[in-house]
Amino acid sequence: MSEPHAARSPALPLLIIAAIVATIVVLFVWTAGWIGPSRVSGGTVANALQYNAGLHRGYRRAHAKGMCIAGGFDANGAGTTLSKADVFRTGRSMAIGRFSTGGGNPLANDGRNVFHAMALRIISPNGQEWRTAMDHTAIFPVADVKSFVAQQIATQPDPKTGKPDPALLTAYLAKHPETKRFMDYMKTMPLPNSFANGTYHSINAFRFIDAAGRTRLVRWKMVPEDKLVALDKSKLATLPKNYLFDEFIQRLKAGPVRWHLIVTLANPGDVTDNATIQWTGPHRQIDVGTLTIDRWAPEETGDCRDFNYDPTVLPPGIAVSDDPLLSARSAVYSTSYTRRAQEGSGPSAIGAQFGISGKKQ
Amino acid sequence: MTTRHHFHPVIRVLHWLMAALILAMLFIGVAMVSTAGPAYHSLIGLHRPIGIALLVLVSIRLAVRLKTGAPALPADLPPLMVAGAKASHVLLYLSIIVMPLIGWGMLSAAGYPVVLVKGIVLPPILPHDIALYAVLRVAHTVIALLFFALILGHLAAGLFHALVRRDGVFEAIWRNR
Repeated sequence: MSEPHAARSPALPLLIIAAIVATIVVLFVWTAGWIGPSRVSGGTVANALQYNAGLHRGYRRAHAKGMCIAGGFDANGAGTTLSKADVFRTGRSMAIGRFSTGGGNPLANDGRNVFHAMALRIISPNGQEWRTAMDHTAIFPVADVKSFVAQQIATQPDPKTGKPDPALLTAYLAKHPETKRFMDYMKTMPLPNSFANGTYHSINAFRFIDAAGRTRLVRWKMVPEDKLVALDKSKLATLPKNYLFDEFIQRLKAGPVRWHLIVTLANPGDVTDNATIQWTGPHRQIDVGTLTIDRWAPEETGDCRDFNYDPTVLPPGIAVSDDPLLSARSAVYSTSYTRRAQEGSGPSAIGAQFGISGKKQ
Repeated sequence: MTTRHHFHPVIRVLHWLMAALILAMLFIGVAMVSTAGPAYHSLIGLHRPIGIALLVLVSIRLAVRLKTGAPALPADLPPLMVAGAKASHVLLYLSIIVMPLIGWGMLSAAGYPVVLVKGIVLPPILPHDIALYAVLRVAHTVIALLFFALILGHLAAGLFHALVRRDGVFEAIWRNR
């Protein structure tokens, strides 16, 4: 049987096949960012955090020092006018999470003028889950991920002085007035003397969607029932190493600690995609319920460590805003989680204090 | 009895639909981990539902494939190519099944709610275990890259049948006559 095509040279078809395969490979490699302009990935940011704070294997790349907390969130029903999320219906949701201090060093001293943070998983009776990672500041030092990387590099502390290179910092701040504004804010704002009397802010704006489908831009904060008492910032170095954590453990012995979840509605004209800008002036604020924390545990036993408090894990009725930091936080937290998962969790400062060792959670 | 030269129509439709979705998934996968920009959040929101859709589609496809079989390969195909064809198809099916399961499993092991789309959360298929997550997370990447290489080989082989050998193997998945 004659096969005229078989006589033809296969060179051209083979070339076509090779060209098609090569094109797909090039597109893939470009899409992955392995060729072409460099991109800021979760890994880039994690590397910048490691550069700044040193590599602490087995710990979160930021807010490395922490302790588990648990209790419940009792909604008063007022939030249902803003969001259809089940967590706002009158009743109790489970709340479990983590107090932490800023920075990548899991054994750092508590006497530092840094973020005090509350991370929570709030789980409604029917299983809807809302994760939030909040700081005691109303604003963040940078508006976007590229600035964050630049800030981490410019503020790397000199091992001798413990302070960043002034030349690098000055050059960075000249380009980032928002970070300068944040630093001034940190200098002037009272630093709470307890996790129990700090107000914890959502940092970013979010969208609340009600049952009718109406969307509102909001920020939220956990406002303590305990009265704010500030630390003397000039005497921070004299505080015991685990002062904040120890104080909270002692505080719980006197009874549960409560916060009110206050939702702030954006006014027309408020900036909702930039976490460096505060909403000023009168705003409609709604108290949607009470957070009660009545238990604590070191990270080894508290069921809070091996979770990622990704602020984009949201129930129906809450959605991300256009703030680019939210996607960045999600990407970076995920990288941090993956890295520490692969390294194996290290012992916590608070666990060590209570004689708990090992990786058990 | 006449020899069948083509795959069942359901297989053919699913093949090309899934080819597009799988390529999209591989590109979305490497793109999303390459950026901390706003695209990260959007892409991961696509990655999960497409992955689960592929798991559903491959279940249908495997059932139809096992019931209707495949047309015979040309009698003159060298034994090595026959072995390669058979092995690569088994590995392709395995990859399509395993990748979404690892994705679902690793989100379960990390303790994330497995949000398919807003409001639809899948149950965890593995216990919360960060060490298990670590292993699965690596496997998800390694298998994805091997899967991509396998797809390129599959594409090159398919085109070799279509353009060089012209032996009807490509037509078996491409059209009905």
